Amino acid sequence: MWGGTMATAEELDCRHLLCPLPVIRTQARVARMAVGAELQVVVTDPGALEDIPAWCRVHGHEVVATEAAGDEQRIRIRVGGG
Amino acid sequence: MSEQPKAVALISGGLDSMLAARVVQDHGVHVEGINFYTGFCVEGHTHAIRSKDQQRPKRNNALWVAEQLGMPLHIVDVIEEYKEVLTRPRYGYGANLNPCLDCKVFMVGKAREWMEANGFDFIVTGEVIGQRPKSQTRDKLPVINRDSGVEDLLLRPLSAKLLEPTRPEREGWVDRERLFELHGRSRKPQFALARELGIEAWAQPAGGCCFLTDATYSAKLADLWQARGSREYDLDDIMLLKVGRHLRPRDHFKLIIAREAGETRFLQGYKRRYPHLRTTSHGGPVALIDGDWNEHDLELAARLVARYSSGRHAERVELEFEDTEGRVRPLSVPPMASDCVPDAWYVGGDHGDS
Repeated sequence: MWGGTMATAEELDCRHLLCPLPVIRTQARVARMAVGAELQVVVTDPGALEDIPAWCRVHGHEVVATEAAGDEQRIRIRVGGG
Repeated sequence: MSEQPKAVALISGGLDSMLAARVVQDHGVHVEGINFYTGFCVEGHTHAIRSKDQQRPKRNNALWVAEQLGMPLHIVDVIEEYKEVLTRPRYGYGANLNPCLDCKVFMVGKAREWMEANGFDFIVTGEVIGQRPKSQTRDKLPVINRDSGVEDLLLRPLSAKLLEPTRPEREGWVDRERLFELHGRSRKPQFALARELGIEAWAQPAGGCCFLTDATYSAKLADLWQARGSREYDLDDIMLLKVGRHLRPRDHFKLIIAREAGETRFLQGYKRRYPHLRTTSHGGPVALIDGDWNEHDLELAARLVARYSSGRHAERVELEFEDTEGRVRPLSVPPMASDCVPDAWYVGGDHGDS
């Protein structure tokens, strides 16, 4: 389902950006967020579905959910302690 | 210095930098990776564009390496700063528009800034003496140390024993005796070391990570600069050089013609920046028009686009021209015969059939 439980996270629009730019933008935003906060990244490059979770794994953040609708994907991240 | 030494390793996604970082990790050093995005990196985006490439693995190799080594990776956007490196290289270009030595100086210098800002102790690279003719020769490595300002805080673990001891070795942060003396262009020693370290998979052996080392890409970039009369560029420019057929039938304009559906979708994202043509009577590509075209050029452009449509053998093909304001008008042209398209029109000699 599009939306629903996705209501409270900050949102980062990375549509039409090609990798690694969605990762770079995510990295910059997460650096300003508190541990436990959530960020929803909207992407259109399918490569981001691999790269953003990989970036989260090496930095200790958690991918809470991934949703797809048409050409767009939403990746919800919970900021970890690094 | 902190109790456990901390190093930042330049990670390209290839084997050498992976080995270098791993070797330093094995000395008990805390290592984090850094990767610079210039806009010319082969990583990532082109296979996100073409439909035929959609099934290829989409991983970012630098991130993959970091995950294999269990270390954080910081990807740094240097697109703007890199323009100075590319357009005015102090040490010139390699075989194509690759300013490899200036690029290395720049990246090590950026890593030094990161090291200082984050309280790290030294920098690690995967450079091997003699591996690259432009930037990894014995006489060029000291230039990188000097011009980047990193001096003796740069450790090259794969060739360290052939170089003067660096501060990380003198201080005992790493054990020089457990470093290596690799040199030359052969990759076999790296493969052997990888096996010795239990590394079973890696990405491209070396190089191949930068479009600027590609002759065709460099020719397209040179053409762009020549047509504009300056070396200005932005990210969209360098992305578009990776996409479609580029035909320059006149000095003052060129066409970027999609080769397939994925490229058509990608080029449609530029329709408010470039006027474009699309076929309506037959299936066909979208084509952007870049330059100072006139009405006479428009018919020529339409005939070329029609030549790449499924109506290439029809008497006439109908098209729509749309300007950057969204104003649309119809065109009807006879498709250009393929043997009437001179080779010289294909920028960089690239017919775009790959």
